[in-house]
Amino acid sequence: MWRTCLLLGSALWLAAIAPADAGSAYVSNEKGNTVTVIDTDSWSVTNTIKVGQRPRGIEFSRDGKFVFVAVGDDDTIQVIDTRTQAIVDTLPSGPDPELFTQDAAGKVMYVANENDNTVTVIDLEKRARLGDIQVGVEPEGMTVSPDGKILINTSETTNMAHFIDTASRQIVANVLVDPRPRFAQYKHDASELWVSSEIGGTVSIVDPAKHAVTGKIEFAIPGLRREAIQPVGIGITRDDKTAFVALGPANRVAVVDAATHAVSKYLLVGQRVWHMDFTPDEKYLLVTNGISNDVSVIDVAAQKVIKTIQVGELPWGVTIAKP
Amino acid sequence: MFRWLIGAIAASIVVAHALAAEPVEIGIGYLGRPGTKETLSLIEQPAANNGVAGAQLAIEDNNTTGKFLDQHFTLEEIHLKPNADAVQAATALVEHNGFIIADLPADELVKVADALRERGTLLLNAGATDDRLREEDCRASVVHVAPTRSMLADALGQYLVWKQWRRWLLVVGSHDADKLYADALRRAATRFGAKIVQERSFEDTGGARRTDSGVTLIQRQMPVFTQQAPAYDVLVAADESEVFANYLPYRTWDPRPVAGSAGLVPTSWDASHDQWGAIQLQNRFVKLNSRRMTALDMQAWTATRMIGEAASRTNSGDARKISDFIRGPDFQIAAFKGKPLTLRDWNLQLRQPILLADGRMVVSVSPQEGFLHQFSELDTLGVDKPETKCKLR
Repeated sequence: MWRTCLLLGSALWLAAIAPADAGSAYVSNEKGNTVTVIDTDSWSVTNTIKVGQRPRGIEFSRDGKFVFVAVGDDDTIQVIDTRTQAIVDTLPSGPDPELFTQDAAGKVMYVANENDNTVTVIDLEKRARLGDIQVGVEPEGMTVSPDGKILINTSETTNMAHFIDTASRQIVANVLVDPRPRFAQYKHDASELWVSSEIGGTVSIVDPAKHAVTGKIEFAIPGLRREAIQPVGIGITRDDKTAFVALGPANRVAVVDAATHAVSKYLLVGQRVWHMDFTPDEKYLLVTNGISNDVSVIDVAAQKVIKTIQVGELPWGVTIAKP
Repeated sequence: MFRWLIGAIAASIVVAHALAAEPVEIGIGYLGRPGTKETLSLIEQPAANNGVAGAQLAIEDNNTTGKFLDQHFTLEEIHLKPNADAVQAATALVEHNGFIIADLPADELVKVADALRERGTLLLNAGATDDRLREEDCRASVVHVAPTRSMLADALGQYLVWKQWRRWLLVVGSHDADKLYADALRRAATRFGAKIVQERSFEDTGGARRTDSGVTLIQRQMPVFTQQAPAYDVLVAADESEVFANYLPYRTWDPRPVAGSAGLVPTSWDASHDQWGAIQLQNRFVKLNSRRMTALDMQAWTATRMIGEAASRTNSGDARKISDFIRGPDFQIAAFKGKPLTLRDWNLQLRQPILLADGRMVVSVSPQEGFLHQFSELDTLGVDKPETKCKLR
């Protein structure tokens, strides 16, 4: 059923029908083996969906009709139909999938498989595995460049960002960053790639053309040890002016001037803040707080936490439909 | 003495980089004196490759990274026979290797370090927990990856105090190692405000650890041994020699938990540890070795990864450059403990959180919340800078 929908998912067809689930955020709860659905107008929990074991990476399909969730301990990616909010299919990822990304058209998915040092390439229409790319030890962070030509994968024990040509599926460059790189995010103008290092405590700014680290964002919070500051999730606004960085057990989200890379503010959120996503209008940013089992809602313009929503056990990732 | 070379992975590496230059070879020596140690519990019997199996996995990890940097790591192993001379073996190893990962008793480690001093070879102590190696017997050429007895004892002590089990009944074995561990436990009690209400010593009178129907005898012995103790909260056993501690749980006269060498055990690693991405390392280890990962395996893995990490950061295969970087201010290593591990610059001991495991699960991880330190909470474990007797040279 969903396969036919995807096949029909051309631009025209999409324009005619609004996404089924524009005002919803889906949160993966790593320990609870559930996905919590939040209504982003009323900020209330509307549903809790039982999924496979250890759900972590979570993302809407490009057409907004499905939510993909990587269930690592079941070695697969489950597909949730956002209309019925039921699991309708699975994707053939490799073992222990954690994070994944899709190309702009929503036709190809790239999955980081932590257990065998590979990135798996999946054809989303055929639900078939197209191949594997050998990368460093413990692949994790995944993103595609704005022009779609380069796939970035970070490997946590090799401590590199691998630049992979999406056409040839060959690694074209490797950039060494600080220990345990977790997440990678391009600026929308493609001028910079940001890579967070959980154990290194920094965000590396990489020049995507030169394949070189050109700067590092460091964080200092009065009263907190350096070791407690562990950057993970990154969100950059569409105008590339403001960035938010989740600092893990520091229980704060840093607000960063994306042009100067200066940290302007630390927002106190819940415990062990991990990943984040913006609402489509970028008015709000939702961040997952693993240990306090909640999601904080940040007012992006005011740079304030306005709401906390209880979700399932150990919330990890969050995705919000983009119309 | 027998030795062999691990170079098998070489063939698979070069493929990815058709245009790449010849990779830089980085040789690491592993020098171990296999323990003939008998354990009370059958499931704790060390495997023949205990320790070195961790180094072998880290060589694979280093080479996965190395293929992107044109670096290739090899491991040359020497497992000493009972009468073999460690210094002679070490001298042979440094012919082809810039580093030695050592799992040696304290005396031999010092001898090897002194013999190689002129060459400047970096030794990474993966096995010996003796505090004196980081204190009066410290050497500028020896980095300590294994935690010390005092770090282990402090990790346990903090937890017991946090749990409000402040009254300890200390039972000490009759061997030197047991007494050293007991010293560390007494020191921990004093530091963190616990009280040792009584000490008892358990004589090793010899005899086999495994006998048919031995369990009947033990069930009678242990309650008797622990009766008439003053009121206490927890029995703390110092028995590195595996003579009695594992007989104590469920057999004490008073119904009390056991900690130290049995029951709740402080350790650098446990097969059940799965936090902070550790599950990935555990999975890789089981896949390679068809058994679970021990503390010694982890210490050897960490030592080997430290060399790999320094080789990536310096983008060099030069042993001197790598060794200096490891001992320098910018070195840190990720080792699945939730925070970066760094070296104490005054004695080259690796700072690390210590797990408290009961044989099935990790119960807690020290340092415990609330034990504060002006520089690093990890320095609440073990001998701290102001107390050190080490003068690095």
